[in-house]
Amino acid sequence: MLEEGKKVIITVVGYDKVGIIATISAVLSNVQINILEISQTILQGFFTMVMVVDISNSKLDIVEVKDALTAKGEELQVQITVQHEDIFRFMHRI
Amino acid sequence: MPFSISRDEVLETINMVQAENLDIRTITMGINIQDCRREIGEQTGQRIYDKILGYAENLVKVGNDIEKEYGIPIINKRISVTPVAMVGDGLNKDDMVTIGRYLDKAAAEVGVNFLGGFSALVHKGFTRGDLALIDAIPETLAQTERVCSSVNLGTTKAGINMDAVFEMGRIIKKTADLTADKGGLGCAKLVVFCNAAEDNPFMAGAFHGVGEPESVINVGVSGPGVVLQAVNKHPNVDLGELANIIKKTAFKITRAGEMVGREASKRLSVPFGILDLSLAPTPAIGDSVADILESMGLERVGTHGTTACLAMLNDAVKKGGAMASSYVGGLSGAFIPVSEDQGMINAVEAGAMNIEKLEAMTCVCSVGLDMIAIPGHTPAETISAIIADEAAIGMINRKTTAVRLIPVPGKDVGESVEFGGLLGHAPIMKVNSFSSNQFINRKGRIPAPIHSLNN
Repeated sequence: MLEEGKKVIITVVGYDKVGIIATISAVLSNVQINILEISQTILQGFFTMVMVVDISNSKLDIVEVKDALTAKGEELQVQITVQHEDIFRFMHRI
Repeated sequence: MPFSISRDEVLETINMVQAENLDIRTITMGINIQDCRREIGEQTGQRIYDKILGYAENLVKVGNDIEKEYGIPIINKRISVTPVAMVGDGLNKDDMVTIGRYLDKAAAEVGVNFLGGFSALVHKGFTRGDLALIDAIPETLAQTERVCSSVNLGTTKAGINMDAVFEMGRIIKKTADLTADKGGLGCAKLVVFCNAAEDNPFMAGAFHGVGEPESVINVGVSGPGVVLQAVNKHPNVDLGELANIIKKTAFKITRAGEMVGREASKRLSVPFGILDLSLAPTPAIGDSVADILESMGLERVGTHGTTACLAMLNDAVKKGGAMASSYVGGLSGAFIPVSEDQGMINAVEAGAMNIEKLEAMTCVCSVGLDMIAIPGHTPAETISAIIADEAAIGMINRKTTAVRLIPVPGKDVGESVEFGGLLGHAPIMKVNSFSSNQFINRKGRIPAPIHSLNN
């Protein structure tokens, strides 16, 4: 059973190119973050991905993960956000 | 439990933050300082300083941590304290100025940009402490950077203290004069209230009321940009449907604030007080209450129909927000400051908006004549009369009203003044040039209104 409050939502938006998912997945697997769900689409030429991950065994805390991925995002020229799941739960569910 | 939020919902939230300026405007920690009274001002100030540091040491860090983890900007971390006039009752003016300096030092030390509570509650009359504090306001606001001051001079139950109204006109003028080199900036940190809210997290009017606990976390959300986009997407729906759309949007905005408030309260081990459901604009493009009113169908905010649009907007925001939070309080209403809202500035410059229309708008929304620059030569009595009008609206309508005017020294209609940052810039607005002297010099107290024959 997944520990409550350990899920994090990663979103990636930007121009599509080879290796976006591979690069991000590599960063995550290096620090023991498990990917639970990926949903990806191309919206009007924009690559849009929403990833649900479990950070309960992560070697990094959420802020460090965010910093690491933001740096990768700059390399890939895509915008990456990392947010705790609760913000979405609160805003979209009663 | 699986993650049940759809991709579109995730992207909607991200878009609100990145493109529509959704943010938490402020986390404000209220701190009781009634136990800080010592023999003289210096010792009292030191004790207050120590207490604030003890309670708020981690406030900024916790705010920053939450911002990073949840990806939602928290713009301001602030502090409010018990009205200093009560704590310092019996001290003299110089002691009050000294306490003000300690408050400023404490705010700087914990890293908050504003600290409210250099305040007095004088709706029925003055204590000696109230008089000393009010006397100390101009110097304090000139000598400090982060201290905010407020005076409550009327309530629905007590009426309006016209002695205080008289006095505050002069205090506002003096505050402007002492900060003349900065365009009268001191007045941007001074607000006069009728029916002041004891749990308001927004500056400059925040103070920690007497019915509040030892310490408390109050949160102010914001999101004019988000509401604006929602309204923009529906140019042809009728007003009933539009109200519904605004309600749903307000719900989502408020939920973000609720979450941040609960989390901050947990991490700081301080009870969660209230969430303030105000739409608070900033000078950023698109983050404007005026723009929302215009997108509802007005060519320019200030034209006929503005008050009706604002009434509907304000009510819909409250209905949506009330459902989203366990405790709603503070001011909770759309703010219509001039200098902090680019749409409002544009309307003034285009000649669509004037001070009389702003006054009418305050009848249906929070919070009052806010951040309005007026000519530096405006007589103190005229400022007092503007305060009296606004207080009368609050008293009769059982709502909070406020006045934050800046008589800009040396400037006149047609010029403008720059305050910078969140305070923005403001065109100098015309005030009525006919005198109110005799009325204001009568002083006394306007009796509390009757509330059974209410038409």
